[in-house]
Amino acid sequence: MARLSIAGAAPASFEGGGSLLELFGDFFKQLYDTTGWNFVIFYDQVEWDRFIAAIWTTIKLIIACLIFSVIVGVVGAWAQGAKSKLLRYGMAGYIQFFRNTPPFVQILFFYFVLGNLTPSYDAGGYQEAYIGSFGWAVISLGFFAGAFNTEIFRSGIEAVPESTQEAASALGYTRLQSYIYVVFPLAFRVCLPALNNNLVNLLKTTTLAYGIAVPEMMYTANQVWSDNVNVPEMMIILFIFYVGLVAILVWGMHRWEKSMKIPGYG
Amino acid sequence: MSDAKKTNGWTPRQPMVSIKDVHKSFGDLEVLKGVSLDVMKGECICIIGPSGSGKSTLIRCVNALNDIQKGSILVEGQEVNDPDLDKLELRKKVGMVFQQYNLFPHKTAIENIMMAPITVLKQDKDEVAEHAASLIRKVRLGGKENSYPGELSGGQQQRVAIARSLAMNPDVMLFDEVTAALDPETVKEVLVTIQDLAEEGMTCILVTHEMGFANEVANHIYFTDLGVIVEHGPPKTFFKKAKDPRTKEFLSQIL
Repeated sequence: MARLSIAGAAPASFEGGGSLLELFGDFFKQLYDTTGWNFVIFYDQVEWDRFIAAIWTTIKLIIACLIFSVIVGVVGAWAQGAKSKLLRYGMAGYIQFFRNTPPFVQILFFYFVLGNLTPSYDAGGYQEAYIGSFGWAVISLGFFAGAFNTEIFRSGIEAVPESTQEAASALGYTRLQSYIYVVFPLAFRVCLPALNNNLVNLLKTTTLAYGIAVPEMMYTANQVWSDNVNVPEMMIILFIFYVGLVAILVWGMHRWEKSMKIPGYG
Repeated sequence: MSDAKKTNGWTPRQPMVSIKDVHKSFGDLEVLKGVSLDVMKGECICIIGPSGSGKSTLIRCVNALNDIQKGSILVEGQEVNDPDLDKLELRKKVGMVFQQYNLFPHKTAIENIMMAPITVLKQDKDEVAEHAASLIRKVRLGGKENSYPGELSGGQQQRVAIARSLAMNPDVMLFDEVTAALDPETVKEVLVTIQDLAEEGMTCILVTHEMGFANEVANHIYFTDLGVIVEHGPPKTFFKKAKDPRTKEFLSQIL
């Protein structure tokens, strides 16, 4: 048995396990026995559960980061054009900081520095922070990608003709109303391809959450290969997993782009 | 309450739009050098003049798209040259149509018309829809409700733009060279729409190069050159008995 050890885990048993494992467990077990290729996550119940949990954590992490980063971008692009100098300089500083420093350093900074400064509660004998590693990963990656999204949305906003905004003003729109109903919907269509790119990058960058022990796919793969010494196999799984996720994201974004196409425009 | 327009003691006997000694510069370039004119309720006036004479700048000042450095613009008694100007209040009273239509390209014709009353005036959606439907018929675009601006011709887009502006129930309409970007055939359909409005008693201020049209619909014509009003008068006297040499020269080139 190539299984080294998992602290406290029961030995592998897929007889009573998930139905999926029953389906292909034998095949991968046999594959290992005959060729040495150890896809342990596909025949070992404990590793399988770990793998499935990692899929969900990764998807949740990605969705949270995407949404947060887009919100940061939308609000940031609006703030960049604000009348208040403080707000504009603040935005410029924010973008410089997050664009010019490595995202991995940012994650570590958020988790270990800011995490120590934020409130915690007594979780039965030890202090548990209100914001855990998952929360800090979302916050730091969201701000990181949000800095790029801000610039992407700004480029879209600049592509909206001044005269269109003027028409909105003439109809009594405030700056905010004009941004929400006219400028942003147009800008968004213009910058969708660039946004698409950045979100693909963000999706892949979520693997850095590994550095603060968020049990996402990268972290879990590392755990699995530490326990089972099957690095090449887990690498293959990692590549296929992320290729698949990016394909789904890109497909969705293209669908979205198409559905927003305006007849006779652009 | 929100529908009641603030009038500051203004009555329809006073000019609806009163422009007095307006000065406006862009940097060092002074484009308006003391312009004064009055427009009474129900009047239609045309401002004509060579390019760069400040015509468009002048009417853009009326709804505060441009600010002015000196002088006074009263719209129904509300001072436009006021740092505390309530722009929303002003823009409820003043509608504007642009040379390049400036429709919202991501919205259909009917949505373009309905957006501002719903967003800005917070009117009831069903009432706005009804009003918009009547406006689109008024500008003779029944059947084009669900077309996007990019699917309409220039003349059709401009008529949607007029309807969009009318949806706000303005008291004054500003037309800034609204036919300048159109081909000769579609110019007419837009002019007919404006003429209908003028005949219904809408107060209109037009910047135009359509002399025949100005002659037909305007109560009063103003000729501007180099930032001042050179000459003005009712169309009959203006076109036939212009006195100023600059006016004569301009008219001889254009007529």
